[in-house]
This record gives sequence, structure tokens and C-alpha cells, in this order.
Amino acid sequence: MSHAGILEQPRTGISNGKLAMWLFLCSEVMFFTGLIGAYIVLRMSTPDWPTPSTVLNIPLTALNTFFLICSSVTMVNAFAAATEGHQAGIRKFLFATFLIGSLFLSIQMYEYRKLIHHGFVISGGIFPSCFYTMTGFHGAHVAGGVIAIFCLLIQAFRGKYGAGNYAAIEYVGLYWHFVDLVWIILFTIVYLI
Amino acid sequence: MSNAATKHHPNYIAVFWVLLIFTLLEVGIAYLRIAKLPMALILISLAMTKALLVAMFYMHLKFEKRLLILIAVSPFIFAVILTLALMPDIGIGR
Repeated sequence: MSHAGILEQPRTGISNGKLAMWLFLCSEVMFFTGLIGAYIVLRMSTPDWPTPSTVLNIPLTALNTFFLICSSVTMVNAFAAATEGHQAGIRKFLFATFLIGSLFLSIQMYEYRKLIHHGFVISGGIFPSCFYTMTGFHGAHVAGGVIAIFCLLIQAFRGKYGAGNYAAIEYVGLYWHFVDLVWIILFTIVYLI
Repeated sequence: MSNAATKHHPNYIAVFWVLLIFTLLEVGIAYLRIAKLPMALILISLAMTKALLVAMFYMHLKFEKRLLILIAVSPFIFAVILTLALMPDIGIGR
């Protein structure tokens, strides 16, 4: 696939789009490393850091983690269906991913509401400040992914994707799995440890 | 155009079960009354394994060209450097 003025480099065997998405994800790794690094420094500098499980709702978030993992499975199945040109499969799995992604965000909003109701607000100290910054930035990434999947879904219902044309699903899929990957790390660092 | 695993797909459901079991293990370990450091090490190891599985199978890194794998791995070297570079700041605000 070559765009106006941008030639494909055939020797690498990697499409421009995929290379661009991976480079973007590399920059995202550094973005979240900045947040996690700051969190480690702040946490190790604060002697009376509360045990997260005494403040946060671990079972609810574990359930939300489960949902995000499920959404990765549906997304990868949408990709698999696309490579096989299976139209119904593309639509079904993209729709499922969209729904589960929205569910994740809804549960996160519910969690925030409950926490704020109990006085756990962003200005309430170093722990809530770190918590909302890290989970909030991740949530914003999920929201971006849900919007992108919605755009894919519209195109899928117009029959745009098929065995020869599934690059967009692959690229959004890479982003979506990366967001899942980041959550796996954040859930462990922010909620469990 | 896309070139990864178009012929036969890996067993995505098997990876899902491993991710699910590891998540349940993590939550269980978080509630155990054990020392903070070993607990943190176990939890981070489990999380890293899960992240690796997602990257290898769902992001198809296992089946990609070597160049792309190198590109994907490179930020983690910088991530470690950045994290280590921040360590001297621990305790400054105390």
C-alpha cells in the first residue's frame, strides 16, 4: 500500500502503516514509562503509602481487567475474520470489541464515582493523585480505541474490509492490544502491589 | 500490506485462558499475607508474562519480521534506563 509521495520500502517487508503504528506504540511505551517511573519514585518516597486494597475495589477492577482481556480476544478474532474475508465475523467481533471496550469505560466511571463519593479525590493526596493520573490516561487511551473501533465498525457494515483489505483492522488491533497490555501492568502496579 | 499469520492463526483462546488464570492468581496473591518485596516480585513477573503473551500472540510479534521485533523491543531498553535514571530521586521530597 503506497500513499501519494510516500514510497513503500520493499526490503523491510513491513508496510508503512504497520511500521508507523509500531513506532507510535514505542513512543507510548515511553509515555507510560514516565508515569510508572514517577509513580515508583513517589511511592518509595512516601512512608505512609496506603495498601491499595484497603482503598480500591480490587474485585471490581479484576472483573474489568477480565473484560479488557476478553475485548483483546474479540479484536484479534475480528482481525482473523478479516484475513479470511468473513464479513459477518468482522462485524460481529468488532461490535463485541466496541461493546466490551465501552463496558470497561463505564465500569471505570462507576469506580471513579464511588471513590469520589468516599472522598478519594485527585487533590486528596499523592496516592489519589497518582491513581487518577495513571488510570485516567489509560482510560483516555481506551476511549480513543473505542472511537477508532466504532469507525472500523461503520466501514465494516459498508463492506469495506475483506481478505485483501484488512490493514486498518490490524493497525487498530495493535493499538487495542497495546492498551490491554498497559492495563495488565497498571492493574498490577497500582491496584495489587 | 499485512503479512502476519494470515494462513493459520495461533490459538487465541488458549492464550486467553492463560491470561485469565494468571489474573486470578495475581488477585489471590495480592490478598495473601506475605512480605511486600517477594509479593511485588511475583506479581510483576506474572504481569510481565501476561504482557509478553499479549505482544507475542495478539499483536503477532512472534510471527513478525526480525526488524519489527527489534523496533518493538527497543523502547523497553530506554524504559529501563529512564526508570533507573529516576531512582536517585527517591526520598528527595521526604
